[in-house]
Amino acid sequence: MKTSLPAKIWLYFLLIVTSLCVFFPVLYAFMISFMTGPEIIQGRFFPQTFNLENYTKVFDRLPLLNYLLNSFIVSISVMLGQLVVCSLAAYAFVFFKFKGRDFIFFLFISTMMIPWEATMIPNVFTIRKLDWFNTYQGLTLPFFALAFGTFLLRQHFLTIPKELHEASQIAGLSRFKFFWKVVLPISKTSLVTLGAYGFLTTWNMYLWPLLITTNQSVRTVQIGLKQLQSQEIATEWGVVMAGVIVVIIPTLLLLFIGQKQLQKGLSQGALK
Amino acid sequence: MKKVELINVSKSYDKQVDVISNINVTIEPGEFFVLVGPSGCGKSTMLRMIAGLEEITGGTLKIGEQIANNLSPDKRDLSMVFQNYALYPHLTVQQNITFGLDVKRMKKDEQKRKAAEVASMLGLTDYLARKPRELSGGQRQRVALARAIVSETPICLMDEPLSNLDAKLRAHMRSEIRRIQRTLGITMIYVTHDQVEAMTMGDRIMILHEGKIQQIGKPIDIYNHPANPFVATFIGSPPMNLAKAVLDETTEELVVENELRIPVPGMERSKLPSHGMTVGIRPESILPLTPEQTGGVKLEVTTTNVEVLGNETIFSFHVGTEEWMAKWSGQWHIGIGEQLPVWLEFDSLSIFDGEEGHLIKKTVDQSHHVVQQEVVE
Ligand SMILES: Nc1ncnc2c1ncn2[C@@H]1O[C@H](COP(=O)(O)OP(=O)(O)OP(=O)(O)O)[C@@H](O)[C@H]1O
Ligand SMILES: [Mg+2]
Repeated sequence: MKTSLPAKIWLYFLLIVTSLCVFFPVLYAFMISFMTGPEIIQGRFFPQTFNLENYTKVFDRLPLLNYLLNSFIVSISVMLGQLVVCSLAAYAFVFFKFKGRDFIFFLFISTMMIPWEATMIPNVFTIRKLDWFNTYQGLTLPFFALAFGTFLLRQHFLTIPKELHEASQIAGLSRFKFFWKVVLPISKTSLVTLGAYGFLTTWNMYLWPLLITTNQSVRTVQIGLKQLQSQEIATEWGVVMAGVIVVIIPTLLLLFIGQKQLQKGLSQGALK
Repeated sequence: MKKVELINVSKSYDKQVDVISNINVTIEPGEFFVLVGPSGCGKSTMLRMIAGLEEITGGTLKIGEQIANNLSPDKRDLSMVFQNYALYPHLTVQQNITFGLDVKRMKKDEQKRKAAEVASMLGLTDYLARKPRELSGGQRQRVALARAIVSETPICLMDEPLSNLDAKLRAHMRSEIRRIQRTLGITMIYVTHDQVEAMTMGDRIMILHEGKIQQIGKPIDIYNHPANPFVATFIGSPPMNLAKAVLDETTEELVVENELRIPVPGMERSKLPSHGMTVGIRPESILPLTPEQTGGVKLEVTTTNVEVLGNETIFSFHVGTEEWMAKWSGQWHIGIGEQLPVWLEFDSLSIFDGEEGHLIKKTVDQSHHVVQQEVVE
């Protein structure tokens, strides 16, 4: 595509403006994380000096590394759990013929309309009965079955020509082998998308970890950040923002890595 | 080598209408069996039933001596080439070819050797490292063929495996498939809608129309003695000319389209029914009239279209309401709208029953034999 120079300038101008709008809060938080208390109150945008005092404070005040590790473990487990459960469910919905398949799928999908908060109370009771407070399984297990993820993968699996299934049936491939050797590699794109989605939503989760954790053993970063705010009488915003920046970094990293994978997956997954 | 036997097989997708019905045929071990028919007549369906991918709703299928109706596809010991190739998009050509061998746990170097062998046979050696999407349609088709051949199963099913190749490559692959089938003694069931493929490759052909068998037989027999008007027009290019005809009892002549009168020899007279008939004649049996020609029926025709194909000339003309075609070998300078004298013989007519369509009178064998002759000084 060839665009004229003025059009290009205009396009880039728009892109820069919108990206600034979107990125402004993060940028501001980044700046604040280097400021001292008085500086923030003055409402300046650029700090006078870039000192790392807030960062050392945040690591002093909270077991932040511990929290980060917990968040990682929880997010990765939820991501893997979702991938396993959703892909197996979607595989059954697409490649197995059984009575009432479409009805069950419809039922499955309709659970997407129930807000997650509505099921939270019974879930908390279940976790308590199981005595899973302050455990990783309590934090992760309720999120493994994801109707949206099943739907996403099912849609991708449906695009796989049925002749591929038939060819492997003739070759004598078992059902699981077909799933493992053919369906999953072909659906790499959707798997990466679902994985990134699962990781990020879990990383940003607040309410559930708050309910399930009562001590620091498995607490995640989002709770930690909140703790920073309420511990003092007057919140030290510089410290909070330093914490926020530390928490954002892994997410950004994942996005960059994921993007590369995603692009690769996109070009490889092209059928036929 | 295994035989495949279909006894009274029928298939319906919706439990109401049979898309295939009443199929009775035995495919002999090591036979090259070709299934032809127009699009949608049920060729793929039949192949898929033999492969076990489609449930058989009526009748019995036997593979070897075993009843196979409920046998799973991998237990049937066969390979299949799909109409749309069905290559694994995430695997390279090499991996696609060896996929089945891998499942059977063959040793890696053995797999490699076999893949290389088949690839060189099908001209794929340069593409072994590529992914299917980096290949042309014809190359993909050859990969699908390679995958079937490399598995060395006693039965091989192919669904229009050459449809995407150019004429030259197609001719080459025809003989290549035939050669492989002969050397390995594979029982081949081959679906095509290309009658040249059917004629040149098959030991026997089965012609299918709307899910029913029209005729089974050797290609030449089907060409010479088509069982009904459908087969007559389906096999042969250009197709056999057909027209309605009745018998004139008083003059003992066959009246074709109220226009052409053909005298009926005495001994044939009794075989013909008194009601309507369909007569057919191959385009090559309508011959140029030469001055020394005495027998046969002469007629004067007006050409409506002429095609010169290098080694033969095809022109069409009207007989009553029907448009007939004639094929003469060699190049003829004929103009459109020109009057031409031609002749034909009663012997070269095929006559079908006007109502049921079955063959009443065959053409008389006119094939040539090469006779070894001594050169006499
Ligand atoms: N899954 C299906 N459900 C219902 N009807 C079907 C199904 N598959 C095929 N048919 C019908 O069965 C008939 C035979 O189809 P089939 O695919 O066997 O034709 P074919 O002879 O292979 O044609 P082509 O030469 O175009 O490949 C067609 O009328 C088709 O509409
Ligand atoms: Mg077909």
